[in-house]
Amino acid sequence: MIEQVPEIRISHPQMQPDPASLPPEGQRPEPPAEASGIRKYLMSRGNSAIADAGFHWLMVLCAFSIFGIVALIATELVTHSTETWHKFGLRFFFQADHDPDTHLPLFWDPVNGHFSALPFIYGTIVSSILALIIAVPLSVGVAVFLTEMCPKALRGILAFLTELLAAIPSIIYGVWAVAVLVPIMREHVNPLLATYLGWTGLFVDDNPTGLGYTSAGVILAIMILPIISSLTREVMTAVPHSQREAVLALGATRWEMIRTGVLRNARIGIVGAIILGLGRALGETMAVTMVIGNTPEIHRSLLANGASMSAVIANEYAEAVTDLHRSALTEIGLALFIVTIIVNALARLLVWAVTRGTPPRVI
Amino acid sequence: MTFLAILATAVVVLPLLAIFAYLLYKGAASVNLDFFTKVLKPPGEVGGGLANSIVGSAVLLAEASVIGVPIGIGGGIFLAEYGRGTKFANAVRFTADVLNGVPSIIMGVAAYALIVSPHISWLPFVGHFSGFAGGVALGIMMIPTITRTSEEMLLMVPNAVREAALGLGVPNWRSILSITVRTASPGIITGCMLAFARVAGETAPLIFTVLGNSFWSTSLNRPIDALPLRIYVLALSPYDDWHRMAWAGSLVLIVLIVLAVSLVRYVTSRGVMKGAS
Repeated sequence: MIEQVPEIRISHPQMQPDPASLPPEGQRPEPPAEASGIRKYLMSRGNSAIADAGFHWLMVLCAFSIFGIVALIATELVTHSTETWHKFGLRFFFQADHDPDTHLPLFWDPVNGHFSALPFIYGTIVSSILALIIAVPLSVGVAVFLTEMCPKALRGILAFLTELLAAIPSIIYGVWAVAVLVPIMREHVNPLLATYLGWTGLFVDDNPTGLGYTSAGVILAIMILPIISSLTREVMTAVPHSQREAVLALGATRWEMIRTGVLRNARIGIVGAIILGLGRALGETMAVTMVIGNTPEIHRSLLANGASMSAVIANEYAEAVTDLHRSALTEIGLALFIVTIIVNALARLLVWAVTRGTPPRVI
Repeated sequence: MTFLAILATAVVVLPLLAIFAYLLYKGAASVNLDFFTKVLKPPGEVGGGLANSIVGSAVLLAEASVIGVPIGIGGGIFLAEYGRGTKFANAVRFTADVLNGVPSIIMGVAAYALIVSPHISWLPFVGHFSGFAGGVALGIMMIPTITRTSEEMLLMVPNAVREAALGLGVPNWRSILSITVRTASPGIITGCMLAFARVAGETAPLIFTVLGNSFWSTSLNRPIDALPLRIYVLALSPYDDWHRMAWAGSLVLIVLIVLAVSLVRYVTSRGVMKGAS
């Protein structure tokens, strides 16, 4: 300890703030007798009171701007979707017009004024659920491997690679999916699914494009994997070591230890991570737009072309034909906004419930 | 079970390698000097590049950073220095996390409704597709990320540093700006770069705000081009020449983003606060 004292003295000049703001020790000047009124006022209050208060309120304003942004988005979406709301009301989300002659549903026909969000809601839900079915087991597997089994040297690299997967922009996933994934789905995966799972009625291979709900689900799964696995890893590391040691001490194998000691304790957080992944999948736009097929119809077959809420906005917003069309798209956006806010809030609460009290993770 | 876990990890890493390999295979040949200096040629003509898209992206990102970085860091300072443990700070933190999860396309719709659609003739930038609207959408998307990372970085600065500054008679605001923020600056900068990398690849909020532009334009008051947006248009076009440009553009974009993220990773893994703690 004694040896450190000179070091502190050496580093002392660096700690000095800008000399201009501080007079040298012992020379703090008395205010001159003829000082102006403003100067007297400043001196009497202490030099920094105004600056301090101003800075404080500036920072409060910055923090408050986050509420402002949410409120601004909400009001803009609401005011720009009133036309649809007045015309269709809640029917917009639950019903569709029907062709009087053929009785086929007319979901979305902007030119003739038929609007219904049904096929988009259906497409969003179906592709997101498919994505979760594929991504959840994989990402929990990755998290288990990384936290419990992986040799330390490999852990950093693998964690970095999964993080990198999260950093790839959605558009690049989309370009890759169109060029690589969709042909693979069309040539190999879809016929397999139709042959072995065709009896369920969910896989009818009558789509020559290879686009559709399944392709969207697969690319979404790849995109939400990193977020689910990194949050699962976070909640798993938050489980205290004494839990693991206690289970092992009772004679459990490593797998039993992971199952009863870690996964069970972290399950609320893992559910939170999954819901967060769901929130990401619901709002994902570019990759889905490029592979889902963009056909505003509802199909039972998961290999058929569909459409999703974000995809229809991306496709049609810039070229909306009427005000009603644009207002309908904005209302779809509003619905997506509300749903993702709820889903994300729920997920954050669940993750916080588990990781509360542990030190914050860096990024 | 160990085998299953290893298998899962392999399946997860596979797409990453596949994407990189494919981008390199398809795109590397088209990345040359022309790519960075020329404007896109019509399909069928050899040569040309995406210079206007890259410059447009740079302009948009600069505007987004001007909006997002100061407000984001300010929010982080409030959370770490003034609002510790208060209900208001918790609400801000929670809202920032939730805002982070709002889809980027919604930001685009909001920016359209706010800036592109109103017809107010005396306001600049308002009433038509413009680079300004896209920059605002991207800037708003940066705020929550930067707020949260800079808060976490500032919280890692030991209290002794703050006390030392205050003990020397430095005003609080000065101590925060010159001592605390400076100590945490490597972490704050990496947080900003992370947010930057995230919005650099965003396409959805740009489609109906900046609209895209096949010609040279750096004006924020007019439609401007952006690299991700151009990739989207090129990839969905029916021309092989344009597909090649899309691959090359994707390769450039991903290399830039991977570089940024690796740098962030490198700096954080070295222990950001080494000097302070």
